[in-house]
Amino acid sequence: MDKTINNKAWFLVLPVFLIVAFSAVLPLMTVVNYSVQDTFGNNHFFWNGVGWFKELLDPSTDLGDRFLNSLGRNLLFSAIILAIEVPLGILVALSMPREGWRVAACLVILALPLLIPWNVVGTIWQIFGRPDIGLLGYTLNKLGFDYNYVSNSFDAWCTIIVMDVWHWTSLVALLCYAGLKSIPDAYYQAAQIDGASRWAVFTAIQLPKMNRVLLIAVLLRFMDSFMIYTEPFVVTGGGPGNSTTFVSIELVKIALGQFDLGKAAALSLVYNLIILIVCWVFYTVMTNADRERPQTTGGA
Amino acid sequence: MARIDLVDLAHSYGGGTYALKPMTMTWRQGGAYALLGPSGCGKTTLLNIISGIVTPSQGKVLFDGNDITHASTRERNIAQVFQFPVIYDTMTVGENLAFPLKNRGLPRDKIAARVGEIAKLLDLTPYLDRKAVRLSADAKQKISLGRGLVRPDVAAVLFDEPLTVIDPHLKWELRSKLKALHQALDLTMIYVTHDQTEALTFADTVVVMHDGAVVQSGTPEDLFARPAHTFVGYFIGSPGMNIVPAGVKGREAVVSGHVIGLNRSYDNLPAGGKIEIGVRPEFVHVADPAPGLLSAQIERIDDLGRVRFARVRIGDVKFAATVPNGVAVPEKTVGLVFDPAHIHVYSDSLLVEGRA
Repeated sequence: MDKTINNKAWFLVLPVFLIVAFSAVLPLMTVVNYSVQDTFGNNHFFWNGVGWFKELLDPSTDLGDRFLNSLGRNLLFSAIILAIEVPLGILVALSMPREGWRVAACLVILALPLLIPWNVVGTIWQIFGRPDIGLLGYTLNKLGFDYNYVSNSFDAWCTIIVMDVWHWTSLVALLCYAGLKSIPDAYYQAAQIDGASRWAVFTAIQLPKMNRVLLIAVLLRFMDSFMIYTEPFVVTGGGPGNSTTFVSIELVKIALGQFDLGKAAALSLVYNLIILIVCWVFYTVMTNADRERPQTTGGA
Repeated sequence: MARIDLVDLAHSYGGGTYALKPMTMTWRQGGAYALLGPSGCGKTTLLNIISGIVTPSQGKVLFDGNDITHASTRERNIAQVFQFPVIYDTMTVGENLAFPLKNRGLPRDKIAARVGEIAKLLDLTPYLDRKAVRLSADAKQKISLGRGLVRPDVAAVLFDEPLTVIDPHLKWELRSKLKALHQALDLTMIYVTHDQTEALTFADTVVVMHDGAVVQSGTPEDLFARPAHTFVGYFIGSPGMNIVPAGVKGREAVVSGHVIGLNRSYDNLPAGGKIEIGVRPEFVHVADPAPGLLSAQIERIDDLGRVRFARVRIGDVKFAATVPNGVAVPEKTVGLVFDPAHIHVYSDSLLVEGRA
């Protein structure tokens, strides 16, 4: 069949272009514009070139110090929650029932934390962990642990990590469960016949078959934890000191607290770039993984 | 290597109906069996009971006299090849083949030797170091077959329609290879299929299943010459056996008011049964209509090259008969000439032995 060529079709994409222009391109360009200028208020702007970016990447300046420290904290946080949530999510998915009414029950229970808004999660844990009235905080202190997330940065980190694990492990578990469900029974039967141990079944069948969804889970969890703002802001407000100030919190402090538009814009762009790069790396890895697997023939 | 006995075995998936009706049978050590039957007749259920994937709802499975009904698949020492290839994605072809041996803790050199041997038999040697996921479906199924055959000490190797995904020209090759392997390895093999050609070429004993029950078990010749059940007659052979309602008395069968002579005497027929006679198209031929012959209307002629079959109608009953070579086929009406030695009498679908 011949394709009709009609350039008027471009008009059909026009609405999308307009929406994207106003929702993404124009705001982004505004940020780019801010990032190369300085202002002393009254809408007077001065050209600053790449000055903010230089400062941002130079740890000896105040801006660079704050950015690199919060970036370090952010990466550490992402690494810790990935190291907990991924294995835990796999474990939960593996121990979920495969059929019957229990499946539905498990799915509902797992989905519950995912449905709670971020700031509500923050509030729940903020109160839960309070040493004076919170169930967790009060109990821990009664048991003899000197737990106080407001004054002790280790306690603050523990609280935020446990909160994130509570909030998001379900996502990993649900994705893994979907991956597990797609494995045909014949694989398990064959493994039984081949005399595979439980561990061998996991490493030879379940893990390889789950690697696509796991990759997605890791990507989602990394992005989300790297951009985390609301929960630590509500629970610790970035403290004690700066110990739980992540990049997004720092950014808001600079942009809205100090109203340093230039610095904040430069920080936003670098922040954005990091996320884009990580996305690109993941995308490449995933499409390459696809290429290694040619067409799969046959049915289940 | 074991003899397998099924004692009063039956299985139901619930709902009050049997997927497998009670049966007692023996599979001798070293036999090449085919389990033949249409889809849904229970053959895969039977296979899965033998391998331990399904636990029967009643009865016992014995390996060499030992009750293993409730033993796990791992404990049974059995190999099974599934309909669709099962490949361990992260492993090479060689590692895939070695997997069942490695899991049983065989020494390294023994594994390598055995894997080499099986790979050679299945022409997989050039691929041993390649990742198994990237191979074609044919090659993957060969790996699955290889994993089934690699253990030298198994009680039996079970095949569940293993050639479904294989190209037709490779099917012949793999099937003859399996047969050769059976002779070389002295393993008991049970091969499930719904394809009679596959069953008849592979097996020395064909077990025909119908509706959850074994209706006949015998050599391909037995099944062809003396079907014990009308289903076997109909299912085996192409075209299948003609089954025609008839009145049988002594040495005579009456079909549509026409009397056909029988070689044996059937005065012992159970009362009240549905009586039919069965005769293969190979043993009836068409001729010009004549007063002594049963007449039938021609519907069409199937020319299969070496033989021609006439599809005819006796009243409302469809019937197939051979057209002798070099004989012109009459226009509309033909007479049918029966070979009395090959007419079987069935009562309620079961073969009745006549008296000489």
